Amino acid sequence: MSKFRKKKKGMPAVNTAALPDIVFMLLFFFMVTTTMRETDLKIENPRLPSASEVKKLEHKSLVSTIYVGKAKDLKYGSGFNRIQLNDKIATSDQVPAFIINARSKVSEAEVPFMTTSIKADKESSVGTITDIRLKLRDVNALKISYSASKASEAN
Amino acid sequence: MARRENPEINAGSMADIAFLLLIFFLVTTTMNVDSGVSKKLSEKPPADYVPPIIKEKNIFEVNINRNNELLVEGERMDIKELKAAAIAFINNGGGEGKVEEGVPTGPCDYCNSVRKQDEPQSSESSSDHPNKAIISVESDRLTEYGTYLTVQDELLRAYSELRNRLSIQKYQIPFPELEESYKSDKNNESLKKKVEDIKTSYPQIISDAEPTN
Repeated sequence: MSKFRKKKKGMPAVNTAALPDIVFMLLFFFMVTTTMRETDLKIENPRLPSASEVKKLEHKSLVSTIYVGKAKDLKYGSGFNRIQLNDKIATSDQVPAFIINARSKVSEAEVPFMTTSIKADKESSVGTITDIRLKLRDVNALKISYSASKASEAN
Repeated sequence: MARRENPEINAGSMADIAFLLLIFFLVTTTMNVDSGVSKKLSEKPPADYVPPIIKEKNIFEVNINRNNELLVEGERMDIKELKAAAIAFINNGGGEGKVEEGVPTGPCDYCNSVRKQDEPQSSESSSDHPNKAIISVESDRLTEYGTYLTVQDELLRAYSELRNRLSIQKYQIPFPELEESYKSDKNNESLKKKVEDIKTSYPQIISDAEPTN
């Protein structure tokens, strides 16, 4: 009868050797998919002016960003007044189309809360910004935010 | 000879290490939050729109030329002095406030108490009431954007300082904190009233004039 004697054994240990693999896979997934910036900059990274009265922009999906600055590609000249919309260097005439395109991506109820963030270089000229502003007003995109870095409270 | 079995390496704590790494990255990854000076543009006026006539003394004129120099109310000024000048103008309270929905708001009854001692007293030649005081910024097309934004920032700081002073005086709490507590408790009617009260006492009226060429 010894052949059928019940083996006296406790609970068998669950093999956890594969658990690190799963966790590492998660880790790599997050590391790879996390992108810091969603658009390639065609202009040099704008040197933002600093201001103390800054507000944080909430609801990233409702923010469309317009970059103004010096183009990386020298064929656009070396002035600080190039406008980038999405992934392309553009002119201010294309701003309304850009805004309308951005609007089509959000639900209608959220359209009034959409903000346009203007990331412009310190040395860009006010004329360019004004052109953009007039175009934004034409399409009724009235909430704008002049992107600025937070300066420490002076005096 | 006794055959030794190959001992298995305990991989149980490997998961802990990996989890630790994962959690570390999850916590330290901050999405770059964009911040900036927010502004609301005015709506496009209809074609037949006639701008209202505003008294000269209720307009605070700031001009920035293409060399990034400031001309405030016809005089050259350093950007450091702009905030104080704007405060003096907004908080002048030299007359009657505007008529809102048929109800006149009367003279500014808080301007005097908000004014600091070393600031000029109210005069007839400056603004009537904070709700009538308009700041107009005119810049050249070739003005640097950095300067333009600094000017906007200084003007906004003037307003926040006045709001802050009034808030401390009326409710014994700095205005940013008052706003913060309202944000975290949106349904609190009394907080809402306080925030609205301070905001309407010093409405931010900054207009951008068409730039000159």
